Amino acid sequence: MNVRLYLWQRGTAAVMAPMILVHLAVIFYATHRGLTAADILARTRGSVAWALFYGIFVLAAAIHAAIGVRNVLDEWSPLKGRRAGLAAIGLGTVLLLLGWRAVAAVVAP
Amino acid sequence: MIARRLGYRGEALWLAALVHRLSGIALALFLPFHFLALGLAIEGEARLDGFLRWTERPVVELAESVLVFLLAVHLLGGLRLLLIENFAWRDGQKRLALLAAAISCVVAFAFLADALLRAGP
Repeated sequence: MNVRLYLWQRGTAAVMAPMILVHLAVIFYATHRGLTAADILARTRGSVAWALFYGIFVLAAAIHAAIGVRNVLDEWSPLKGRRAGLAAIGLGTVLLLLGWRAVAAVVAP
Repeated sequence: MIARRLGYRGEALWLAALVHRLSGIALALFLPFHFLALGLAIEGEARLDGFLRWTERPVVELAESVLVFLLAVHLLGGLRLLLIENFAWRDGQKRLALLAAAISCVVAFAFLADALLRAGP
């Protein structure tokens, strides 16, 4: 892993740490209350705050996961160097697109 | 005997690094399915609600508890790394790694216990 990837990996980790705590709290709240889809969507639809929070969370997670998987592929699989990088970019792109689609699904009014 | 055979692989901090890596891989594999499930809201409230009701099965609740554990242990393991790399070295790294695992177990167990209590007798 070069210095640029290392900094992105650690930077996204630092951004996500407090977000994961909030996300865990949301999971506990939603499951404890047994919220229905209507309950959840009533809280999220049209909310700029939730859109921003989860939009940034997804972006950071996609970058973080892609770099992590690139390292794992490079060290543990036959995919090395550039090929590991390409596979990681593919994964990151899929995560970003699916993630933002999911965010749009729950926050779009 | 076993410790000698395992060598450095029996070390707590080596195990902590392995757990961090494996939990990261598991979370990366889970995320696309998580996003697809939430994306069901595009098809309407009823579609998402049907999925949420499906997740109330005990076996799914158990799987969710494992995911909560993976998320917590990856977070705490990552925080430990950030502390090591960005702040002055402090002793007791093995204890910190153990603490991270213990807190993750408590969080996951609390999630499971809550699910079981909600399910009732």
